[in-house]
Amino acid sequence: MTEQNAQNRNIADRLNTPLHSAVFSWPTLLLVVAIGLFILNVFASPYFLSPWALSDATFNFTEKAIIAFAMALLIISGEIDLSVAAIIALSSTMMGLALQFGVGTPTLVLIGTLTGLACGVFNGLLVTGLGLPSIVITIGTMSFFRGISFMILGDKAFNGYPESFAFFGQGYVWWVISFEFVLFIIIALAYYILLHRTNFGRHVFAIGNNPVAAQFSGVRVARVKFLLFCLVGLMSGIAAVLLTSRLGSTRPSIAQGWELEVITMVVLGGVAILGGSGTIQGVFVAAFVMGLISFGLGLLNVPGIVMSIFIGALLIVVIALPILTNMLKERRL
Amino acid sequence: MRAFIRNHEFWLAVVVVLMIGATAFRSPGFASPEKLAGIFNDSSMLIILALGQMVVILTRSIDLSMASNLALSGMIVALINAAYPEIPVPALMLLATFCGLCLGAFNGTMIWWIGIPSIVVTLGTLTIYRGFIFLIAGGKWVNADRFSEEFVQYTRYEFLGLPALSWYAIIIVIGFFILMTRTSLGRSIYAVGVNPSAALYTGINIGRTQFVAFCISGALSGFCGYLWVSRYVIGSVEVAKGYELTIVAACVIGGISIAGGVGTVAGAVLGALFLGVMSNALPVIGVSPFWQMAISGAAIILAVIINASSQQKSKRLILKQENAAS
Repeated sequence: MTEQNAQNRNIADRLNTPLHSAVFSWPTLLLVVAIGLFILNVFASPYFLSPWALSDATFNFTEKAIIAFAMALLIISGEIDLSVAAIIALSSTMMGLALQFGVGTPTLVLIGTLTGLACGVFNGLLVTGLGLPSIVITIGTMSFFRGISFMILGDKAFNGYPESFAFFGQGYVWWVISFEFVLFIIIALAYYILLHRTNFGRHVFAIGNNPVAAQFSGVRVARVKFLLFCLVGLMSGIAAVLLTSRLGSTRPSIAQGWELEVITMVVLGGVAILGGSGTIQGVFVAAFVMGLISFGLGLLNVPGIVMSIFIGALLIVVIALPILTNMLKERRL
Repeated sequence: MRAFIRNHEFWLAVVVVLMIGATAFRSPGFASPEKLAGIFNDSSMLIILALGQMVVILTRSIDLSMASNLALSGMIVALINAAYPEIPVPALMLLATFCGLCLGAFNGTMIWWIGIPSIVVTLGTLTIYRGFIFLIAGGKWVNADRFSEEFVQYTRYEFLGLPALSWYAIIIVIGFFILMTRTSLGRSIYAVGVNPSAALYTGINIGRTQFVAFCISGALSGFCGYLWVSRYVIGSVEVAKGYELTIVAACVIGGISIAGGVGTVAGAVLGALFLGVMSNALPVIGVSPFWQMAISGAAIILAVIINASSQQKSKRLILKQENAAS
């Protein structure tokens, strides 16, 4: 017992230098992994290095990453939303439904994003308004939202989106730079500023570390969490617009299983699943890592389900490694 | 009597009976003994799986890999049966249970030794286990004609008017009732969920209890792997896909608190029966099967709201009594 106490009192002479902490931070490590994967891909397939192939590769992750940024904030605050994929299905279905009434592209986009926002508000009200655990509530809304999609569509599909609508998921802003990629960069920057440069971001960390202490320091815990649920819903709505535009059709099974991929991306990005810590840079790089893995394996003709083994193993290994190295270090002391 | 009326399980049972009654009103054949036995048989696997999930949730964890574990264990015995039909089926049942146990033990080890949160571990193994099905089967299905007759019959033999599948569920329910209320393991599972620090001070190893809970949920998933393949006579990558959340839903409807420590065997069984009755009743009263997902989603949300409000009430009551005593 005394030995342990002595260890706890052992305070370092000085904190790590900024350079040291930047080099050994999680995003940097991930970046090394990403570059390694990139080089592996170059050797694995001769088709990989063409600009168009690289541009295609970004479509694998941009839509998921857009949700992942908002999800990162939500998870840092200690909550979780498992209903994001179902929100995509519902938003997409609402757009398809509106299409039957012959509305134009701007209205379609508006309906898609607003449906997402409305779903986020619904989740937020249930979790913060009634004080219910988010993990079960969003399991419920997950079947509820997608269930409404099934009620409306059954085994049918909505097709025939206008040509101008196709720009969001298939259009290019300049040469090989797609609209989706540009939007992904803009949203990444916005979330970086929101989380790391504003009071709101500090509140998110404070809530994740200790909600009671945050409440007593004047942070409106329920309101911040509610806003985070709205943001996740809104981002899912935007992702629904992009995905629907890219696929050109809506089925109720659209984006099935995405909630797990989005959460994997967030956790891989170094966000603590129990809340309190994480960075947008980490999630940003994690998006590339996941995109590179699935695109590289795709070029090698590895089936999607085998890819999921890699993603699942990556999730566990990436979280286990720092804990294991810590355990080894402590044993050495 | 008052405590009984406030009891969550009592009201859930009333709701299930009302659902059966209302459906029988529309279609009189629904409440016949044969039909009810059929519904119970349909719900058997969900009951078994919900009990496994219950044990895990009680210890403040969650097992999202159960459906993948089920599908992988099921695929292993399906392939063995297709290749060596002479191996007796009880041995295959044991093997499926053992496979599930190993997969569950892997989850448990990650959680106990390395200390990764259970939701992350099982989110990972959810995709890993399902990927392995594709690898071991080479992406192929095991079709009905490749199973031996015995393999298919072991869930169908009738005893006292009920198929074997129902009897497995009944035996496991009784076993769990004894485990949760009459053994020290059951008590320690509740203790870890209610108050981990207090459990630690009474000498309960929290990590080990969680490990055991994951072994139990894994073994039951593996056993259900055999049951699933035998009952639906198909082994494929798609078996029970997305079922992990149905299992959690059954637990939540059954009044098992996701925060741990609160929940009973009766609750889990009734939660599974609720979903089973609902999926059987909806087509009978002419509701499109496409509505089922939304309705079960709404049922989960309602169940969580009702559970939360009843638990808050009982907490306040305790405080009042304490005040009165002091």
